[in-house]
Amino acid sequence: MPDKELDEGKRRLLIAATGVAGGIASVATAVPFVASMLPSERAKAAGAPVEADIGALGPGEKLTVEWRGQPVWIVRRTKEMLDSIKSSDDKVADPKSARKPGELTPEYARNEFRSRSDKSEILVVVGICSHLGCSPQDKFKTGPEAFEADWKGGFYCPCHGSLFDLAGRVYKNKPAPDNLKVPPYKYLSDTKILIGDDSKGA
Amino acid sequence: MAAAEKQPVTITWAGPLNTPMSGLLTWVDQRFPMMSLWKDHLAEYYAPKNFNFWYYFGSLAIFVLVLQIATGIFLVMHYKPDAALAFASVEYIMRDVPLGWLMRYMHSTGASFFFIVVYLHMFRGLMYGSYRKPRELVWIFGMIIYLSLMAEAFFGYLLPWGQMSYWGAQVIVNLFDAIPVIGPELSQWIRGDYVVSDATLNRFFSFHVIAIPLVLLGLVAAHIMALHEVGSNNPDGVEIKKHKDPKTGHPVDGIPFHPYYTVKDTLGVVAFLILFCLILFFMPEFGGYFLEYNNFIPADSLKTPPHIAPVWYFTPYYSILRACTEDFMIFLALGIAAYVVLIWRSRATFGFKFAATLIGAVLIFFMKGPDKVVLDPKVWGVVLMGCATLIFFLLPWLDQSPVKSIRYKGPLTKSAMALFVVVFFILGYLGTLSVTEGRTIIGQICTFLYFAFFLLMPWYTRMEKTKPEPDRVVWKAH
Repeated sequence: MPDKELDEGKRRLLIAATGVAGGIASVATAVPFVASMLPSERAKAAGAPVEADIGALGPGEKLTVEWRGQPVWIVRRTKEMLDSIKSSDDKVADPKSARKPGELTPEYARNEFRSRSDKSEILVVVGICSHLGCSPQDKFKTGPEAFEADWKGGFYCPCHGSLFDLAGRVYKNKPAPDNLKVPPYKYLSDTKILIGDDSKGA
Repeated sequence: MAAAEKQPVTITWAGPLNTPMSGLLTWVDQRFPMMSLWKDHLAEYYAPKNFNFWYYFGSLAIFVLVLQIATGIFLVMHYKPDAALAFASVEYIMRDVPLGWLMRYMHSTGASFFFIVVYLHMFRGLMYGSYRKPRELVWIFGMIIYLSLMAEAFFGYLLPWGQMSYWGAQVIVNLFDAIPVIGPELSQWIRGDYVVSDATLNRFFSFHVIAIPLVLLGLVAAHIMALHEVGSNNPDGVEIKKHKDPKTGHPVDGIPFHPYYTVKDTLGVVAFLILFCLILFFMPEFGGYFLEYNNFIPADSLKTPPHIAPVWYFTPYYSILRACTEDFMIFLALGIAAYVVLIWRSRATFGFKFAATLIGAVLIFFMKGPDKVVLDPKVWGVVLMGCATLIFFLLPWLDQSPVKSIRYKGPLTKSAMALFVVVFFILGYLGTLSVTEGRTIIGQICTFLYFAFFLLMPWYTRMEKTKPEPDRVVWKAH
């Protein structure tokens, strides 16, 4: 021990300064670890639009195409199906698709049938329940069902029992909070739909 | 301590090899605390002499952990963590790898048995008050082990890349979506993609085979070190350290863990293995409860199986998640309000009452406040499910009974605990079924009872008349 007095204050200051510097360095070191778990560039690039041909799709039939790894449903609804949507306005939670408008329903689908108005019989939705991401099942037949006495046709999610009508609108008092998402889409021709892109022109 | 200061190790059982063995052990012991570890944790760890059937499950849990690690190492030799190859590689293990099916079924049956053993081990703690002072940290380490085990099982279940693997992971990862503000980004970060995909499979593999097992091993060490620091509880819930032999300093009601309990626990392992092998060889899928039938169909990202449910050990919490519908929110809000009133009528400090009121008010505000700030029932389902697992952590402080063991507690605790077990089973069973209106209502009632068991514990444990604890453990020589 040298004969100089130990400067406790200085020692505390140095320990604190070292601790803070080390702490900042440790937090900074966490960045590459956390960042490496984010979606990769390849995953980000994989979201290209897909084309669907609905020429062979009959009335009351459904076609499933894969877009960004998710099922996208295309349903050609019959006259009765469209009527059932009108009559289920009071059963659904968000009849006018007013919630999270930009995210769930593009401008051109913000109508009763949630479709482009020139082809209101064609429904295009992402078939993923807004609750926990299961893919609901088709229950197009009307009549009493175990999950709903007065069923008007639509989709039933097997995971937690959420119900959607034939416009993908969620029923009230179900675990799912929101309507099914309508993806951006546009018609390339009468029978060809491009899913994932709704830019105007060309 | 310098090497020369330590006593030489003497052994008596090695016969003619005595001298060279003693020499070797002495050499090691002078460089590594071998003898003190052996004595502290086995030969001179004094455990109460009145352990009963319920005390098998701690050592059995360690046994199953070793079994899982061993079978896991050998499965990884053949398994491919790649979305395009994973399902086929598991089928390859099942069909083409010599005795691969046995290795795989040992691992999958072992997973379910791990939870059976751990649930029984936890129930033992619940019955005999093993979480009470001074064993709070033993309990807390144990609870973190339980949560890690859930994570381990969840990550592992994705690996076969079957339909249940895929959709189970989809549902559970989407739970994080419900967290306000950061939710969507967080679940994307967990998946490493916009949907459950190859990236997700790869990282879950990494968590399952290295990250969580390392954490588990560390926690098991901490759990046992904390236990050996304070000493084991026993079915009477009385401290054996109160009565020490004045000559030896050992508790008079304690016996050395080795050989007494090493022998007893070996018998437990033998009995366990008989039961384990029966299931393993005759019904490894256990009627779809240990391995769900839908998981023998390869993952299909476009089609959810008609009925999806988690594996049985998660179903009680899954039921609580499903109980949260819009109609339920008002009851939840009323329940919270009633609980705050109850706290005001208790003898808690003013600060505690004030904090409880504030928390209650904030919760109710986010449940039933103006439309803009209301959180979805989905968020509350996730919160409630999280609380259902985390509430176990509070047990050491919720139990205010003057006695530890169920043997001396009053009728209120006994009924509450019996009801809790029934409710846990009902919730577990409901979680395996599809949703109907009636089942949802039963699930909601059971959810209330589940939380009531914990939250009302400070009241009913204090109100009831308990029996006097004995001074020493109750034990009859056989």
